Amino acid sequence: MSGLLNRNNMQSIKSIVLVGLLCFATWVQAAADLDVATPAVSALKNSMQARHAQLAAHYASGAVGLTKDGLIALRDASAVPLKDRQGINALVAAENNDRVALYKEIAAGNGHPEWRGEIQNTFAGRWIDKAQAGWYYESGSAWVKK
Amino acid sequence: MKKAVIALVVTIGLSACVTINIYFPAAAAEKAADKIIDDVWRLQDAAPAPKKEEAAK
Repeated sequence: MSGLLNRNNMQSIKSIVLVGLLCFATWVQAAADLDVATPAVSALKNSMQARHAQLAAHYASGAVGLTKDGLIALRDASAVPLKDRQGINALVAAENNDRVALYKEIAAGNGHPEWRGEIQNTFAGRWIDKAQAGWYYESGSAWVKK
Repeated sequence: MKKAVIALVVTIGLSACVTINIYFPAAAAEKAADKIIDDVWRLQDAAPAPKKEEAAK
């Protein structure tokens, strides 16, 4: 058996292993972190942070819920105070625009626009995990109170 | 014959590398998501959520 591994074969194996190690090193480096400090991402984050002051009450009342695809939706318009009724749809739409843009910018900012869907899925799970007790989130086709 | 086998192995190996390289970094994405969500919802200022690492100890 060892007779089969002559000098030429050993060298080929060595170079294959070397190429493999190089690829692995590149992969490890690429997978280490995602950059979320790009100007576009920071701007979106600030805009969402400011909007959260208005949205927090609607999450708590159950008027707005977290969807399973990483966005938000109006789930119970009757829970919205009269003074806010007119603006609620625009508020939800603005938040969703920012969220979609955020997922896109993180993917693009890290050189992989095709990661957008996976980033959105990751966020979807994390928004729900971090939601406060009493907030609603979408599970399957139903709303669940956390 | 042997050369053909080696060429095949190298081709497969290289294509595997390319596949690995475009793998989605799930752990890094979760970390990034947590960072942004904490900021947007201001979770660090209010009640900090119990950390997973501490629970694992």
